Amino acid sequence: MTARIGVVTFPGSLDDQDTRRAIRLAGAEPVALWHKDKDLKQVDAVVLCGGFSYGDYLRAGAIARFSPVMESLIEQAKAGLPVLGICNGFQILTEAHLLPGAMLGNDHLHFICRDQKLRVENAETAWTGDYRAGQEIHIPLKNMDGRYVADAYTLDELEAEGRVAFRYVDFNPNGSLRDIAGITNEAGNVVGLMPHPEHAVEPLVGTGRTDGLPFFTSILKKLVNA
Amino acid sequence: MARVVVDVMLKPEILDPQGQAVQRALPRLGFEGISDVRQGKRFELEVDGPVDEAALTRIRDLAESFLANTVIEDFTVRVDEVAEAAK
Repeated sequence: MTARIGVVTFPGSLDDQDTRRAIRLAGAEPVALWHKDKDLKQVDAVVLCGGFSYGDYLRAGAIARFSPVMESLIEQAKAGLPVLGICNGFQILTEAHLLPGAMLGNDHLHFICRDQKLRVENAETAWTGDYRAGQEIHIPLKNMDGRYVADAYTLDELEAEGRVAFRYVDFNPNGSLRDIAGITNEAGNVVGLMPHPEHAVEPLVGTGRTDGLPFFTSILKKLVNA
Repeated sequence: MARVVVDVMLKPEILDPQGQAVQRALPRLGFEGISDVRQGKRFELEVDGPVDEAALTRIRDLAESFLANTVIEDFTVRVDEVAEAAK
């Protein structure tokens, strides 16, 4: 039996299929979860994918945070279930206070879509073990609300504890404080980032590179070796 | 029925590019002397039954947990006096 990784579909999710595909390419079994599911179907990890859950009508991710599936997810994430939030998923994780800080509209007010260079700062989370610390990768970024903010105390704490997992390199696409592209919780099981690793897992599409695939092989290895 | 208004504003230290864009347009429209604009959200809640202290407490909880994200936003809750007077 291989690892089962859940992907939650909210109304407005866009990247659930790509995410399931990336999980399959990495060798794990993707499990579709629906926002009304209270039961996580005994998955070994969960990905909250990109999109515009519930239209982002209040704030990005704010309504999704109160969906039935999140009740179980919040409880289990606190108990150690690995959770990866990509883009809208990252926004949901901050709204759920599983990750500190908040996401705001890009400082230039525009939607942005580009190949983004990132530095992997922390290669010891559940989702980054197949990278090297300091490694630079290119993966697509596409968002409206990608500006990570937190108070100075929280930012200092994140830096001191090595919890800034990814940083934008050469270009900050949204005004994120301290060029933060992604962070992890203290235990390293919950990770959120704005750019989209699931769109960079096959050489044919996206950046033409497969720099995003290690996210999914990392978690698979972690689960299989656990 | 009574109306309760929840105003939500970004905290002063948080950059508000929407407000800045509005502010920058003002001179073109002939409005001088406005040095800063910040844009917020206003929620008008129509409440069934009396707006007593218990109801206001519940609305404050709602505002704190859902309508505002207190990591980045401040909020105020008040009974709409105009709606009250019109009754």
